[in-house]
Amino acid sequence: MTALLTEKNGTARRSPAHGSPPSSPRRRPGRERAFDDVPRWQIYLPLGLYLLFTLIPFYWMLLFAVRPAGSTSLVPWPMTGAHFSKVWNERSFAVFFQNSMIVGVATLVATTLVALAGGYALARFDFRIKGAFMLALLCSQFIPGALMLVPLFEIFRNLQMINSLGSVVIAETVFQLPLSIILISGFIKNVPVSLEEAAWVDGCSRFTAFRTVVLPLLRPGLIAVGSFAFVHSWNHFLFALMFLSEQDKQTIPVGLNTLIGADSVDLGALAAGGVIAAVPVVIVFAFIQKWLITGFSAGAVKG
Amino acid sequence: MAPTAAVATPPPKESRRRRASPRRLPYLLIAPAGLLMLGFIAYPVLSVFYYSLQNYNVTKPWRNGFAGLDNFRRVFTEDDQFWPTLGFSAQWVVTQVTLQLLLGLALALIVNQTFIGRGISRAMVFSPWAVSGVLTSTIWILLYNSSTGFSRYLADAGIGEYGTSVLSDTGTVFWAATVTELWRGVPFFAILILADLQSVSKELYEAASVDGAGRLRQFFHITLPHLRDAIILATLLRGVWEFNNVDLLYTLTGGGPAGETTTLPLYVANTGIEGHDFGYASALTTVAFVILLFCSIVYLRLSKFGGDRT
Repeated sequence: MTALLTEKNGTARRSPAHGSPPSSPRRRPGRERAFDDVPRWQIYLPLGLYLLFTLIPFYWMLLFAVRPAGSTSLVPWPMTGAHFSKVWNERSFAVFFQNSMIVGVATLVATTLVALAGGYALARFDFRIKGAFMLALLCSQFIPGALMLVPLFEIFRNLQMINSLGSVVIAETVFQLPLSIILISGFIKNVPVSLEEAAWVDGCSRFTAFRTVVLPLLRPGLIAVGSFAFVHSWNHFLFALMFLSEQDKQTIPVGLNTLIGADSVDLGALAAGGVIAAVPVVIVFAFIQKWLITGFSAGAVKG
Repeated sequence: MAPTAAVATPPPKESRRRRASPRRLPYLLIAPAGLLMLGFIAYPVLSVFYYSLQNYNVTKPWRNGFAGLDNFRRVFTEDDQFWPTLGFSAQWVVTQVTLQLLLGLALALIVNQTFIGRGISRAMVFSPWAVSGVLTSTIWILLYNSSTGFSRYLADAGIGEYGTSVLSDTGTVFWAATVTELWRGVPFFAILILADLQSVSKELYEAASVDGAGRLRQFFHITLPHLRDAIILATLLRGVWEFNNVDLLYTLTGGGPAGETTTLPLYVANTGIEGHDFGYASALTTVAFVILLFCSIVYLRLSKFGGDRT
């Protein structure tokens, strides 16, 4: 390497086997990895402190959920499942969990399908109202969902959908759509049109070409968008609070809010409810987090 | 984190050989999204604008009817809660966005380095992103409660006093809520900035270090200019989101103690839902919406979004 660097540029260019592209700057021995030479403690110290900040609250919740009532021990031993069975059975978290799952999965499917269609149209066609549609998507980001509660309530009352999980699915889907469409159209733009055209030449219909050529390449993006929809609808509670008043229709966040608002807060039960609420999203997150970065760096932020 | 096929593909070239397609197809494709948004976003927004000009209170139906700009006059001249809640909203948004950006940027730069345990560290520091809203409140209520919360163990160790609840003290509630919101908000910035860091050319850093630029100068002359647009967009989206979002404060403090943590949207929600004064709540919503839009446009102008990177 040193020998190569002492040569004139012209000589270096003629030896591509060394793998150094002609445009790359000359490297001085010893400074080569200077940009990456961060002292380890400068990584591990702040990272460790931040990890404490992130993880202690999780640990705290787990601790409260499994230690017997009245205990002040800081280690989760002896363990009890009493809080869990109380919350699951007496406080109807079994029903809430099922309702939240239905809302989450339905929102995920609806958002992904509708946004895929809209995103494809934006990425691949020029049509008259395209500009207006894009503007509407962007403007909708400024609308406070919480302030739309009353008019939405009136709409769903007219549709006779109050106390039906469908109302929450529709509301969650609608407010997920704009960002999802923008993200998905960015992902589709990153797939060269020529790939689709090649499939058309081979006799595929537009739909078959999309399904067999484009869709597999969209996987990281779709996972990011779908998991967003699931996680948001799982966590969001204002729509459920407003539209679902019957107890057997409520979702987990509403159940947690009821536990928080109880006259004397049962901290063990609250913690167990929190753990039940956290498990599905944490599993989803563990599964998708490596797609998240790649999904976003696929030009998503820049549209 | 190896880039996948979709990432590695080059950006598309505009092709003129695009197959002639039925003219109606794009309209059919956006129809589901368009109809849903017309029915459940556009219509409610228009009805809020409409009701802002009406007296509309379900508990006082005899007064319902056209009110002109009366509701708006009430907002600016008679309402003694409008300005304090607007002020608190501004304080809340500025504090959150600034701190989330700084911490998120630092975090992204750290986990962008190569070190042992990077994958698991990323997963752990980003994890609060997945648990938001009521669950965040739940977790922090467990930490903040006065009898078995964190303060009790600090008091055991001789720090502070027993029985302190940071959420019911007007002097500490702002920072208690801020820390809670940071806990779940920082990962959003860290994820977006980390994603954008993946596209910084390594050669720029090599060239800079050859020229003798230290890491600090590399950060200010290469990394920060590269991240500019992503940061502007992320701070704007986050600012709007922090302004509009009510779930955390609603469940953590309920706007209290003594209205100390009531944001404008929280006040509006209370007026409209619990006070049933929907005409007036609509006027407040309209005012909030206009303020938000105005601030966003000013912010984009001042930050010269998409402008030259010099």
